[in-house]
Amino acid sequence: MNTPTNGTSPAPAVTQHYKVPFNIRRFARQNSSQLGILGVFLGLWLVFIIAAPNTFLSPQIYSAFMTSTPFFAIMAIPLTVIVIAKEMDLSFPSITAMGMVGFWFAYNATAFIGNTTVSVGLAILAALIVGTIIGWINGIIVVKVGIPSLVVTIGTQFFWRGAVLVLTNGKNFPLEYIKSTIWYPLLVGKIGGFLPAQMIWLVIVSILVWVLLNRHRFGAHVYLVGDNINSAELMGVDTGRTRIQAFMLVGLFSAFAGVIASFFVAYFWPNMGSGYLLNTLAAVFLGGTSVFGGVGTVLGTFLGAFIIGSIDAATVAIGMTGYLTQLIYGFIIVLSVAMHSYLRKRAD
Amino acid sequence: MEDYRLELRNVSKYFGEVQALEDINFKLGRNEIVGLLGDNGAGKSTLIKIITGYHQPTSGEIYFNGKKVDNLTVPKARELGVETVYQERALAELQTLWRNIFLGRELCSSLGFLDIQRMKDETHRLMNESMGFTSHAVSPDSRVGKYSGGEKQGVAIVRALFFEADIIVLDEPTMGLSLKETAKLSNFVKGIKQAGKSAIFIDHNIFHVYNVADRVVVIDRGRVAGEFMTQDIGVNELMEKMVRVAETGSLE
Ligand SMILES: Nc1ncnc2c1ncn2[C@@H]1O[C@H](COP(=O)(O)OP(=O)(O)OP(=O)(O)O)[C@@H](O)[C@H]1O
Ligand SMILES: [Mg+2]
Repeated sequence: MNTPTNGTSPAPAVTQHYKVPFNIRRFARQNSSQLGILGVFLGLWLVFIIAAPNTFLSPQIYSAFMTSTPFFAIMAIPLTVIVIAKEMDLSFPSITAMGMVGFWFAYNATAFIGNTTVSVGLAILAALIVGTIIGWINGIIVVKVGIPSLVVTIGTQFFWRGAVLVLTNGKNFPLEYIKSTIWYPLLVGKIGGFLPAQMIWLVIVSILVWVLLNRHRFGAHVYLVGDNINSAELMGVDTGRTRIQAFMLVGLFSAFAGVIASFFVAYFWPNMGSGYLLNTLAAVFLGGTSVFGGVGTVLGTFLGAFIIGSIDAATVAIGMTGYLTQLIYGFIIVLSVAMHSYLRKRAD
Repeated sequence: MEDYRLELRNVSKYFGEVQALEDINFKLGRNEIVGLLGDNGAGKSTLIKIITGYHQPTSGEIYFNGKKVDNLTVPKARELGVETVYQERALAELQTLWRNIFLGRELCSSLGFLDIQRMKDETHRLMNESMGFTSHAVSPDSRVGKYSGGEKQGVAIVRALFFEADIIVLDEPTMGLSLKETAKLSNFVKGIKQAGKSAIFIDHNIFHVYNVADRVVVIDRGRVAGEFMTQDIGVNELMEKMVRVAETGSLE
């Protein structure tokens, strides 16, 4: 320790930047979790190619993966943020549907404008707002009332699904009219007949959340809150606001995923989203995000989602009976999570 | 009127039914080191956590530089120039050193984007100039969780020194430090005074406190039992009084 005249004065401009020369072993240690899941990803891919070369050497299968995986991956990315903050959100499947109820009401309310493109645009905006508000409500209950988020969101998951059923009388409704608007190709079109637009949206969402997590104060606080909420509070982090914002992020992107999923089939059904609960959670944990908080990456979840998204198709392509799918799912999930736990103990 | 950096007037603190502090009056001069002494559970940490804005007093008033401050929060207190080494260290052990140094006070743009390079540069500079860390395991990018106990304590101390603090609060800072590091810390605390700043120093080792403090405040069961200028009292006499307080609740 130096004299306080040096120690406490504001830091003089540093002339020499701290920089460590690239070292492959340190890089591997510092990113062991992401490299681990990348290894699983590439390993499985290799197995698939060897076992079913006809399927996995043709581009169609990849087009198919990029079509279906974004539906839940777009929710898994923000869910990663929640889990890093040591919270949980199980209500996102209901938020996808509730957002679309907002869409439906807003579309009907703005029909008088007489321009479908404008109405649909406003309706999308309404869906996103509804999702964000529901996320905010989750956050407020967790932070202000102090109930564990696992419990709160089991409750709100039922509540909002119930609200969807009441508001729509449990009916499906077609959304054929969206096909005539620019929003349809923009959200779920197929570029060059190969690249689904929702894949591009997934990449955009991933980059956005990555920047928030790694380059913004919000993300820094998310890691701190998940790591040790008491330390964060002692040092002046607004732990309540950080967590509420994380819930809002999940709400926003769940509603967005709902818009994309229903646009894809030009249809709304009140149970939409409910099939995604476990896939989405599995993608997050497969990707190396720790249930104990403070640790997790966007890239890990991204890869995890595609592993989950490919197993179904792969087992069928390889010629195994579909009954085996769940067995393989379970095996890969348990194995990967064990790998992450082992790597974490050894990490820098 | 005398000019104090900090003043608490009639501060009480309840945790539910438990009264942790009772009618505390406390002053910290402009260029003064105050030692807080007291038994386990006496209320020392609770008192400093009121000053750092972590706890809100149940009743009573807080003044900084003669101005009353309502609804003090940790960010507000840090703005007012209070930096703290907490007894529980307040580190995030899964995070890297630079994130811990800037915990809760990240350097960022007006839009909230982090200036990571600068934070790493500053951390590196602090490591070399102030921490005197010799272990190769310690770098701005290493995780704090695997540091030794003394290294962790060093991080908490250096962090409190980085920001331009007028009041440095040290709650049992020598915990886990070697003799050499403890001596360094004592010199450092004396240096705070030379630099015209103030400090509150809590330690169970009466010699450490006596050695650096201008004034000692004895806390007993949530009350101020008495205070002494260290120049007016010998360390042995102070020790006798501490024993008496522990036994009878009274200094005399
Ligand atoms: N958050 C809290 N909730 C309830 N009671 C608390 C809380 N914090 C402290 N207390 C109680 O207040 C009293 C004073 O505690 P405090 O931590 O201030 O003591 P201390 O003087 O710092 O003791 P030590 O020397 O052991 O650190 C204790 O009886 C403690 O149990
Ligand atoms: Mg204490």
